[in-house]
Amino acid sequence: MYTERLQKSGEAQWTIAPFGKMRVPVVIYADEELVRAMEEQVFQQAANVAALPGIVGASYAMPDAHWGYGFPIGGVGAFDPDEGGVISAGGVGFDISCGVRAVRTGLTAEDIEDKKPELADVLARRIPAGVGSRGKLKVSAVEMDDLLLGGAQWAVEQGYGTRADLAYVEENGRMPGAEPRCVSDHAKQRQESEVGTLGSGNHYLEVQRVTAVYREDIARVLGVALNDIILMIHCGSRGLGHQIATDYLARMIKTAREQGIELPEKELACAPIKSDVGRQYYGAMCAGINCALANRQVLMHLAREAFAQIHPRANLTLLYDVSHNTCKVEEHVVDGRKKKLYVHRKGATRAFGPGDPSLPKDLLPVGQPVLIGGTMGTASYILTGTAEGMNLSFGSCCHGAGRAMSRSQATKRWKGKDIIMHLAQKGILIRGASARGIAEEAPGAYKDVVAVVDATETAGLAKKVARLEPLICVKG
Amino acid sequence: MMARGHWEHFSHPSDIGIRGVAPAKEEAFAQAAMALTAVIADLEKVEPRQAVDIVCEEDDDEMLFIAWLSSLLYEMDARNMLFSRFEIEFVEGGLKAKVWGEPVNVAKHEPAVEVKAATYAGLQVGRDNEGNWVAQCIVDV
Repeated sequence: MYTERLQKSGEAQWTIAPFGKMRVPVVIYADEELVRAMEEQVFQQAANVAALPGIVGASYAMPDAHWGYGFPIGGVGAFDPDEGGVISAGGVGFDISCGVRAVRTGLTAEDIEDKKPELADVLARRIPAGVGSRGKLKVSAVEMDDLLLGGAQWAVEQGYGTRADLAYVEENGRMPGAEPRCVSDHAKQRQESEVGTLGSGNHYLEVQRVTAVYREDIARVLGVALNDIILMIHCGSRGLGHQIATDYLARMIKTAREQGIELPEKELACAPIKSDVGRQYYGAMCAGINCALANRQVLMHLAREAFAQIHPRANLTLLYDVSHNTCKVEEHVVDGRKKKLYVHRKGATRAFGPGDPSLPKDLLPVGQPVLIGGTMGTASYILTGTAEGMNLSFGSCCHGAGRAMSRSQATKRWKGKDIIMHLAQKGILIRGASARGIAEEAPGAYKDVVAVVDATETAGLAKKVARLEPLICVKG
Repeated sequence: MMARGHWEHFSHPSDIGIRGVAPAKEEAFAQAAMALTAVIADLEKVEPRQAVDIVCEEDDDEMLFIAWLSSLLYEMDARNMLFSRFEIEFVEGGLKAKVWGEPVNVAKHEPAVEVKAATYAGLQVGRDNEGNWVAQCIVDV
């Protein structure tokens, strides 16, 4: 029903013209192979988003899009509050502000060649990861509100990191608009001992080596060169974010039912931006973003301590921190007019082009860094946003490889121990609490990240700057 | 008394489905809770040593099922526990339950993944062709 309506509308671009209840078109950025591999549900979910009130431009799907809950994962939708636009808890997802932080270490591959096992062990000891792991820092209810208002700035004030880090975090490390009173006690309780924990599943901390530089000029500005050691942290807002999403999804579903709004999928539940539930969700979600930013700031600090223990010349400086599950108020040009829109990115990364006022001064000429995590055995990428991407997708691009296989299929096909051994032969050290958890995250269970990144570039959404390959991976 | 019925997992492209099947609705909810624990760790290794009370208020079966699973996830996370035994009673406007488990012990339980949330995808509470109650949904890991 949807697949046959796909029209090629550009290089690595496909469009489904509006039909039925759709208010705007669906636009998919992908090469032919990727679009063929997408489930029909991706197009259907993108079309459902296109039918939501107040949507502007188009409902977008990124090259790594796959079947999600309500919104596709890899989905982008922008809504105009003055046109009855909505905000959707499902459009942000359960792991609010899940994202990636990339950190320069001041070291090259040669510097750590003999110290890899030692570094892996120290990182695994210092970084709380996996089910039931608890952070060293216990946050009381009073402090929790400060954390939710302050984000990474709060973490720096507590001694986790330096002021210089903050300029390279989206929103300078502190998302405005957070309303701790809109976050339930349950959500806050879940976070009390989870600040500075990695989580589990696809979350990780990796030590990577730069194995290719595609644009020397941009790489120089980002302070990245061939053979450099980079640290990448992938995690989100932990139990607090999960609980905010759970609480507000249920409320939005009930509100929709009371108002007689028919939802093609319950997870599409949303509320007008200008309604009590809509405003409260936005305040809670912004608090969730701050929770994630604080969390990644604390994790970077722990990694700094670990590196200092291993190498006297280690100097960890923040390259960038960007989230891929958010809703943000942004100014975009629509039909020649500037408008404030609520841009949902669900499994999609903000990718603002050069000159954007949100960027620190040194990044203005090159655009915002975009961090794409791969899997344990494959590459990660650093890209930068483009000027044309602002018009193509409200400045958004892909977020990762995306799963190609279910977890149960993966555990049937691979054993955790074999994967650890196989990766060790390739020089990649894995530290993780659970063999099953590692099998579920087997590199082969993911789509080809190279194809995703190449399609992103071909579509004009972002530019490839550097490729990074893992040396050490600490899994949750 | 051993809970009647059985639980199972079903496949989803990126996450995993949990399903409880039993002659009574309470038992189907309890079986689904076992399936939830089994996503995280080996259910057999979780001893029912400590009890926790849970109350959920929802008027329709499907919303109640999500509230039940969400409450379990909250208790697991906030208390750092895993649960293996569940007793449920449906009451006016919701359910009351007693659940038993123990604190997470990584060496003993070898937990593989956290569950972030119970989702509304694949959500179903109803009777199958044989008259058994089925309660199921996909969980986000």
